[in-house]
Amino acid sequence: MLRRTFNALAISAALLTVGAGFAAANETLKIGVSASKTGPLTAGATAVYWPNVKLWVHDVNQKGGIKVGDKLLKIDLVEYDDKSGPEEAVKNIQRLATVDKVDFIVAPYTTGINLATAPLISRYGYPQLVATGNANELEAFVKRWPNSFWLLGKASDLSTGIVATLKTLRDKGQIGNKVALAHVAEAFGLEMIQSAKPAFKEAGFDIVYETSYPLGTQDLAPVISGAKAAKPDAFVAYSYPPDSFALTEQARIQGLNVDAFYVGVGGALSGYSQRFGKQVEGVLAMGGINPGDEVYKAYRERHKQVTGQDADYWASPVVYSSLQILEQAIVKAGSTDRAAVVKAISTGTFETVIGKVSLQNNLIGRVWTVGQWNNGVLQGVNGLGVDGAKAPVKKPAWN
Amino acid sequence: MQIIVTGTLLGGTYALIALGLTLQYGAARIMNLANGETLVAACFVSFWLFTATGVNPLLGMVVIAPMALVINWLIYAWLLRPLVRRAKNRGMLEVDSILATFGLLFLLQGLMLLGFGGAYFSYRFLAEPFLILGEPYGLNRVVAFVAAVIVASLLYLFLYHTRQGTAVRAVAVDPASARLVAIDVARTAAFAFALGGALTACGGTLLSTFYTFNASMGVIFTMKALIIVIMGGVGDVRGATLAALILGVTETAVASLIDPGLTLAANYALFVLVLLFRPQGILGRASA
Repeated sequence: MLRRTFNALAISAALLTVGAGFAAANETLKIGVSASKTGPLTAGATAVYWPNVKLWVHDVNQKGGIKVGDKLLKIDLVEYDDKSGPEEAVKNIQRLATVDKVDFIVAPYTTGINLATAPLISRYGYPQLVATGNANELEAFVKRWPNSFWLLGKASDLSTGIVATLKTLRDKGQIGNKVALAHVAEAFGLEMIQSAKPAFKEAGFDIVYETSYPLGTQDLAPVISGAKAAKPDAFVAYSYPPDSFALTEQARIQGLNVDAFYVGVGGALSGYSQRFGKQVEGVLAMGGINPGDEVYKAYRERHKQVTGQDADYWASPVVYSSLQILEQAIVKAGSTDRAAVVKAISTGTFETVIGKVSLQNNLIGRVWTVGQWNNGVLQGVNGLGVDGAKAPVKKPAWN
Repeated sequence: MQIIVTGTLLGGTYALIALGLTLQYGAARIMNLANGETLVAACFVSFWLFTATGVNPLLGMVVIAPMALVINWLIYAWLLRPLVRRAKNRGMLEVDSILATFGLLFLLQGLMLLGFGGAYFSYRFLAEPFLILGEPYGLNRVVAFVAAVIVASLLYLFLYHTRQGTAVRAVAVDPASARLVAIDVARTAAFAFALGGALTACGGTLLSTFYTFNASMGVIFTMKALIIVIMGGVGDVRGATLAALILGVTETAVASLIDPGLTLAANYALFVLVLLFRPQGILGRASA
């Protein structure tokens, strides 16, 4: 009896192996992805991350697959939810690497989770193309984890972008010298304010009001009335999506009429302009794009068609570009050998929806930092190494 | 002055978040951890009504509140009554209901994620300046405050001046003795739970006019409601309203006079003070 059971087991094991062999013969390219589907990060991931993964898989499979050597491989996507936490993300990556044995991994969503999973992803030798994170001291980070590539720029680039924009406006005589600052009391806001404050001072701006507020609060009337009392010429908030919305609404209600009004993450979402309509005209926000660029326009249309939702004006095209880079690097390497693909990424030049991209020391040289709403689109007004930036203009009063 | 008005408006918002839970926890003895999810679900329904069919959220409440009443009644009848039956004492019911509604939280959240996805939602309704003593405030917040006042007064009238309301209070004070005076405790508790759900849904509808929300935000509201309910004294509607107002004014005062970053600290400091000096809540009576 026992022997029979054993035999049965052995046979099924053998069959399984054969089955696996067949699956391998009927080849696909297995891509693993772990990001937030539940928890506090879901909203952001649903806006800029998941739709682009979906769009990319759709685009690749529709044209027959990725050319690896002489074979055309379709993508087989394995998805996990990291529940918005780094511990879960680490478990997922582990599983993708050891159980699912995926060929490549799409870098997770947000700075924190990318930083947390970098050592593990690096241990398995996968390239990690971070499109939704930024930090300071990235040079040191990529020295330690040479498999990680950062496509959204450094935190200090983002935080000081608005300083340059305000300086341009001041030099044109459109705004005065007084700035009110607010930031969300969380890693992101703190990192931003840290590099922004010295930059404002160096540029000769007078910080007349400065405050922080806790993460998650949407009752921001005191922040706006405090800023209003200080009579600033410009209002700058390093904020997250719900508070970006709430600050804008409060500023409008209380009639905080400044000549430059800037919000952080969330200001580049299409939902932002949908909510505030014509009121967003002239509002500055973190992010930006060259909306006149034909490649971006076509991408935006396809995004809407395939996923049913609008791309944003900042991270969406970057996420899609990170996947395009991965795809083109696999083709260049001609194999699924991870080290070869990492090498191809660090040395190659890639055609993406944000333009021609090549990475120096694993960092991108082309980053949009500030955009300004103009006729329903967020026109990039400041960035590093970007084409098509327009000059910022003074914001009209709320009406 | 501006601080007091802003704080009072915020207090009204908090009262809306917490009144439902006061009833559910105080009278029906169910520590409903899915309270915030009920609120967010109402946000979604009013969002959908407003954007798809153009129904004014204030009118939408006419539909949403009865719907929430029925759904919460069903939840109580199917999910919670078995727990009430087998509970030997209050403590056991509390533990069981916490576990059961914790599960309910995930179920509701999952359903909302499935139906609406995880994205942020918001719409514009009455986002106009409204002048009080010459200072502009959001009209939607003022409307929510007025509605909170109306809801709280109606609830007060109902609880303290009607027979059914007195029964609810009797059950809140002592379910065992309530039975002795011919109160159908099971029915009354179910009613209190359902009414609490309906109140929470009203709160959600009003909040959706000025909050940006998504499917996984319920926990934030549950936390706030919990603090207010415990501060006010479990099951005491007047206490909860008072606690909500105190919290709103304190937070605003701290934000305006000291630093907005400290609002959470002020919030919890107040909570600790109440727990230290009046553990039964601001208006709560010490249990015998």
